[in-house]
Amino acid sequence: MKEYLLILVSTVLINNFLLVKFLGLCPFMGVSRKLETAIGMSMATTFVLTLSSMTSYMVYEFLLVPLGLKYLKTIAFILVIAAVVQFTEMFVHKTSPVLYRVLGIFLPLITTNCAVLGVALLNIQENNSFIHSILYGFGAAVGFSLVLILFSALRERIAAADVPKAFKGNAIALVTAGLMSLAFMGFSGLGNL
Amino acid sequence: MNVEKTTNLNNRFKPHKSVTAMMLVVLVTLVPGVASYLYFFGLGMILNIIVACITALAAEALILWWRKKPVVFYLKDCSALVTAVLLALCLPSLAPWWLTVIATLFAIVIAKHLYGGLGHNIFNPAMIGYVVIIISFPQIMSTQWLNPDATKAIDSYTAATPLDNIKTELDRGQTISEVTEASPTLLFGEFGAYSWEWVNLAFLLGGIALLYLRIIRWHIPLMMLGTIFLIAAVFHYYDSDNYLPPLFHLFSGGTILAAFYIATDPVTSPNTRLGHIYFGIGIGIYTYVIRTWGGYPDGIAFAVLLMNMKTPILDYVTQPRAFGHPKKRHTHITHKKDSQD
Repeated sequence: MKEYLLILVSTVLINNFLLVKFLGLCPFMGVSRKLETAIGMSMATTFVLTLSSMTSYMVYEFLLVPLGLKYLKTIAFILVIAAVVQFTEMFVHKTSPVLYRVLGIFLPLITTNCAVLGVALLNIQENNSFIHSILYGFGAAVGFSLVLILFSALRERIAAADVPKAFKGNAIALVTAGLMSLAFMGFSGLGNL
Repeated sequence: MNVEKTTNLNNRFKPHKSVTAMMLVVLVTLVPGVASYLYFFGLGMILNIIVACITALAAEALILWWRKKPVVFYLKDCSALVTAVLLALCLPSLAPWWLTVIATLFAIVIAKHLYGGLGHNIFNPAMIGYVVIIISFPQIMSTQWLNPDATKAIDSYTAATPLDNIKTELDRGQTISEVTEASPTLLFGEFGAYSWEWVNLAFLLGGIALLYLRIIRWHIPLMMLGTIFLIAAVFHYYDSDNYLPPLFHLFSGGTILAAFYIATDPVTSPNTRLGHIYFGIGIGIYTYVIRTWGGYPDGIAFAVLLMNMKTPILDYVTQPRAFGHPKKRHTHITHKKDSQD
């Protein structure tokens, strides 16, 4: 039980995918202009990440390893992730048209979210078990969502600030991301509890 | 009756001080703390403060001139001086001059002016400056503190802070009682950390003056100190060999200084009273967690930045109901009705 808790703390805070590993920066910049879209995006990403880390583990263990096709894992995972995203898109389209309209272009963008592929590959690299993989994916997604939502609220505030012309828009957003990353450095060393 | 009420309200909400006056009062209330610091840790701190002030004023003037803003007008608000002094107080007294310069430049240029100057910054500038150098130069930041007993024992001129010491000793497998028996002045003084307790007490004096003058409100400092005290007490009585007593946590490092002077920064803390309460509790929890289990000697700077990051969301969540508007629950119902129509 303690081990599982540590995995969650580690992926959400200490090795946060956005601020420490710098994965998934495209949606981090693209969808963080407004709080509402950020919340929608983080829910969709959480769903996709958890599901895809589960399915990619199964594809790797029960398909690629027995057939001796380990070297195909990157391509196989991209395919799995694309399928999961398509499934999510259909699901959201049917259940919540409003959310579908809000997310718009960003839902297919999850396919190219490097954090999703990163989680699947890291799970294999670190020899995580099935439960461990799902928790790892879920923790990564929660960390991603947490930072994305905080960041979007910050950006709403920055939009009203008197930022120098050269730093307006994405420039100051990236500076802010860097400063947030500095703050998250404080969690380093927490892992050896 | 009505008239009396309105005048009362007016008095209560009148902005009674200009920014300059506020900042000057803050600087004046820092005097007892700084004086006691100089008494216990030597005069090195003065140099740090001077270097930081000069750098801060120069950087601020340069950027204001560059952005074609009224230089003297903005320099007169003294906010750069407060940032510089608070930052200098967080640095070890034997820190090389360039360390102070780097920290101050980061604080003024990147944390403050890239966001548009006073009132727009989202992170506390002094804490950004501190965190940048503690990540970049951890060696200097943990060893260049002056030993409070330097005048008695010339061979141990520099020392680590008590918080840093206890972290090293606990990592070595020592218990707190073993450490205090071996070298009584390594950790504890009368009630807090050795020598640091008096510095913190002096800062507490200044902080109470700020409260009395209504420059700050009591919510953030009380909640922050209360949270640290409570968590520390629980862990200390659960296992007193590995967890420091609560008073040690309050009167060591920069706890009091941060609670009254840094966390209460009106720009980077929430605007609502409930937001203040959450903000203080959050800083308390993060400080304790990073101090006790994290890799850095003191977690306050990180804790403040981590909560600065949550300030807009706290404002959003604790938004008070606008006068004359119904509660949120009702608006939901009307929305649904609208969409059904």
